[in-house]
Amino acid sequence: MSKTGQEDRPKVKVEEKLFHNRYLVDAGRPHIKVHPHDKPSAALLSLTHVCPAGCYSLGDGGKVEIVADGCMECGTCRVLCGPTGEIEWNYPRGGFGVLYKFG
Amino acid sequence: MTAEHFDVIVVGAGPSGNAATYTLAKAGLKVLQLERGEYPGSKNVQGAILYSDALERIIPDFRDSAPLERHVIEQRLWMLDDSSYVGMHYRSDDFNEERPGRYTILRAQFDKWFSQQVRDAGATLLCETTVTELVRDEGGRVIGVGTDRDGGKLLADVVILAEGVNGLVGRSSGLRNELEPASVALAVKEMHFLPKETIDTRFTLKGNEGVVIEAMGTITEGMTGTAFIYTNQESVSVGIGCLVSDLADKGCSPYELLEAFKNHPSVKPLLAGSETKEYAAHLIPEGGYKAMPQLFGDGWIVVGDAGHFVNAVHREGSNLAMTTGRIAGETVAWLKEQAAPCSKVNLREYTRRLEESFVMKDMRKYKNMPSFLHRNLPLFDLYPRLLSQAAQTWFRVDGVDKRTKEKEILTSFRKGRSLSGLFGDAFKMARAWR
Ligand SMILES: Cc1cc2nc3c(=O)[nH]c(=O)nc-3n(C[C@H](O)[C@H](O)[C@H](O)COP(=O)(O)OP(=O)(O)OC[C@H]3O[C@@H](n4cnc5c(N)ncnc54)[C@H](O)[C@@H]3O)c2cc1C
Ligand code: SF4
Repeated sequence: MSKTGQEDRPKVKVEEKLFHNRYLVDAGRPHIKVHPHDKPSAALLSLTHVCPAGCYSLGDGGKVEIVADGCMECGTCRVLCGPTGEIEWNYPRGGFGVLYKFG
Repeated sequence: MTAEHFDVIVVGAGPSGNAATYTLAKAGLKVLQLERGEYPGSKNVQGAILYSDALERIIPDFRDSAPLERHVIEQRLWMLDDSSYVGMHYRSDDFNEERPGRYTILRAQFDKWFSQQVRDAGATLLCETTVTELVRDEGGRVIGVGTDRDGGKLLADVVILAEGVNGLVGRSSGLRNELEPASVALAVKEMHFLPKETIDTRFTLKGNEGVVIEAMGTITEGMTGTAFIYTNQESVSVGIGCLVSDLADKGCSPYELLEAFKNHPSVKPLLAGSETKEYAAHLIPEGGYKAMPQLFGDGWIVVGDAGHFVNAVHREGSNLAMTTGRIAGETVAWLKEQAAPCSKVNLREYTRRLEESFVMKDMRKYKNMPSFLHRNLPLFDLYPRLLSQAAQTWFRVDGVDKRTKEKEILTSFRKGRSLSGLFGDAFKMARAWR
């Protein structure tokens, strides 16, 4: 029934959106890590789409990788992959991370 | 290391934490508030509509100094299909009153203002400090917190957890379970800047009048979710949110949904020529009453989003945050006055007071709504399409007689969803609403 679907959505680069934001990146201390895995669970795999900052991507050999620099600390990946145990999630150290001017 | 001792430690400087801290400081208690952001508001996201009543009960003259954008004189509810919307608009000059009940705000600026009031009331605020754990005594009672800063533990008679939806401190301390993907919505939002006159013209406004639009329909592609457009002085907030479980099942990117919403023919002209200045994402706890965690224990209380206090049907959250924060503050101040400890037994008073207020009454009223919406249904796809088709059939003057048009509309509904399906949906909706 649904006429609209993935194919019809306008393509956007999330980087162009993140570019508007201010961040204080804690260099060398990423606050989210993906544990080594052979095959990602469906939940982990879904993060390559669902993460609103596009932090997760599919790397070599079908493994999911993260670059958390654009992370907005929403917690979605924690909710989805906390139970599967595939990621480690912390807030950035106090003062680091995203800095909203308007919110 | 000797640790400094406070009457109360509040974790978080959002509306719930600020309301609690303000109330406690005004009552003369020694309060320490901890916030992980560089400044209060730097991590926080809201639509944002501020409901005056909740704030008025804390700071009656807030209108004199708070950074308010526009007062809301018109509410639009839209059901969208791919090319149209069916809408209900309510606009009234009565909302141009001396003390308006709803304002649009920008959360980062509002939180900064609220925090200033908190500090003026005498509380101590420490920013750039992430609370990492709760400290307990041998008996298991919470007696303070540990942070990611050097310098030992911070101790207090009671800790108020105003840490927002993720509730990491509560979770890592075993006070609560992990959030269910079907109990939280992920919302993304953009700030679009336009000259004030342009906004006034496009939304037919003058002075500080504002319009808010809530939209649902095919824009969420069958997922449980809604979108919004709120007018500020010189900007328009645009956002969309869906349940995390739905987004994951569909493998859907929220920013693509946002982009599609912005490009909907009903929305695009409202934003034309605007300059985007921020993109934000945040979770909203939408599981309602049934998803609420334990709210208090020996030496601790939970307020605001951390307690799942959101009324998703009415788009209320910050007011529940402020109200639960205020009531938690009042309860602790009341116990202190009697030199009674903040034990689990005594803190039951917090939920007793919540039960008396609108907070628990509303949470209970809609306790079946989240599961109704989640199991649902044609609400986010089929019905918006049918409605739009019906309206189009009805309004087109094309030589077809009216009786035939009526029949066409009825048939389209019955074809789309069987008669029993239609009645069933209406019945379930009514039950969840009751
Ligand atoms: C897109 C969107 C639109 C919304 N629209 C509306 C609306 O129009 N009207 C409305 O009333 N509500 C709305 N809400 C809901 C509203 O924003 C929330 O209910 C409200 O912000 C909850 O306040 P809070 O103080 O409980 O949590 P938050 O505002 O999340 O504040 C929590 C604070 O705690 C801090 N913190 C968290 N963990 C730690 C830690 N470990 N150590 C130190 N500090 C910590 C955070 O940095 C933050 O400042 C909306 C929400 C979203 C996401
Ligand atoms: S917290 Fe949110 S923005 Fe950050 S990586 Fe996870 S899903 Fe993406």
